[in-house]
Amino acid sequence: MGDETRGVVIVGAGHAGGTAAALLRQYGYASPITLIGDEPVAPYQRPPLSKAWLKGEADASSLALKPDDFYAEAGIEMILGTTVTGIDRTGKTVSLSDGRQLTYDFLILATGARARTLPLPGADLKGVLSLRSAADAEALKSALGPGKRIAVIGGGYIGLEAAASARALGADAVVIEREPRILARVACRVLSDFFTSYHQARGVTFEVSAMVEGFAGENGHVTGVKLGDGRTIACDAALIGVGAPPNDELARESGLHCENGVVVDDHARTSDPAVFAIGDVAWRPMPRYERMFRLESVANALEQARQAAAAITGRPVSPHEVTWNWSDQYDLKYQFAGLPFDADDIIVRGDPANAKFAVFHLKGDVIEAVEAVNAPAEFMAGRQLIGQRRPISRVRLADMTVSMKEVAA
Amino acid sequence: MAKITYIEHGGAEHVIDVKSGLSVMEGAVKNNIPGIDADCGGACACATCHVYVDAAWTEKTGKPSAMEESMLDFAENVEPNSRLSCQIKVTDLLDGLVVRMPESQH
Repeated sequence: MGDETRGVVIVGAGHAGGTAAALLRQYGYASPITLIGDEPVAPYQRPPLSKAWLKGEADASSLALKPDDFYAEAGIEMILGTTVTGIDRTGKTVSLSDGRQLTYDFLILATGARARTLPLPGADLKGVLSLRSAADAEALKSALGPGKRIAVIGGGYIGLEAAASARALGADAVVIEREPRILARVACRVLSDFFTSYHQARGVTFEVSAMVEGFAGENGHVTGVKLGDGRTIACDAALIGVGAPPNDELARESGLHCENGVVVDDHARTSDPAVFAIGDVAWRPMPRYERMFRLESVANALEQARQAAAAITGRPVSPHEVTWNWSDQYDLKYQFAGLPFDADDIIVRGDPANAKFAVFHLKGDVIEAVEAVNAPAEFMAGRQLIGQRRPISRVRLADMTVSMKEVAA
Repeated sequence: MAKITYIEHGGAEHVIDVKSGLSVMEGAVKNNIPGIDADCGGACACATCHVYVDAAWTEKTGKPSAMEESMLDFAENVEPNSRLSCQIKVTDLLDGLVVRMPESQH
């Protein structure tokens, strides 16, 4: 391995960065590890911020990825509340906002993504919120409560989870979506229709094919969202959930190859062999689909953290995992795996009216992707079958009287 | 509060006091006990917090929900005493609980 005494510097102390640090030690890496994050807190889980935490069912300590004393005991230096201002890849140093410079043998970029903002009139009014960090979630939680009304801009997972949590807290929610259906970017029409109905039955209002032109306000605080058709949706707060662009600026400035995020190979290595990029910031190969993708999921953060840590410590990299993710809204468990790029047909197993069903995306007789609502067997079996690329019987798959175990046999 | 013994596949034992209200999984993760991955953080979405509940404790820990059973059905090396530890809530009644971790969660 050569003279590696400078160690690994990890930029970004989120799920990917925190996991990479822990895995390096677990894999036997003995040189210094420095974990730098711009938030003032140690690595924590973001998914609960729009779900259990927002509803008051989880506290801050339950979000932390590792116990407080873990990092010191593992010899991982934590530099929190600090940003990296530049990378010198020739000299292998990074510059910090506090004026310090750190040297590295290997650099891991885990800078994640940020909540996309809408540069519209009134966007800087108080009460116009985003949801990415724990601090954002605190602000959002304060804005919700009985009698309050929140306008959610964006009918994606963040928006729908926030709407569900708002309802659980007794607040009204209106979801404003640009496309003709919610979840347009990430799910099929069957799921869009199902979630629309489920939310409507619980008091959420939807405005689809609706463009937002700006925000109305009074005394510096938002009072409404102005739509393209001239109407204003009254609200006490507005949440903007319209996607999360990658924080790849640092990488670009340092000359690394970037597209929609930092370009990496299947070891999470960038165009510089001493630099890795993992998690939401990475534009990565998807071997099964012969294309590159930016996967915004916990599973991806973990997989790429494993890849980088394995590459650095000379361990074999584990085989590619089937991409998967989940979204909890109300009492629904929505789990999905695979990507339907190459699918040519869908099979619906079960009945959406029962809120227990799965949509399988097939290419011929091979399952490419599965979207399951309250159907964990379909999700788990589907995920396995996607990975195995094993053809199945379409007739049996569509038949709920045939168990998934039997379908997968 | 419950004293829980977590036994790694290789035999190493960890005895930990876990606060009531936490899950058996959280007890392991918060105390850095290896062998429980809990990728989804306890959302019953990944089946990587799989444990084997000691025979003496299967009655007190109760039965898994239909959701948990379905997830377990497709995990690796599942036994009749398998549970997803994120779904077992710690109470005083579980004081003395013993769980074993599988060789791997993936």
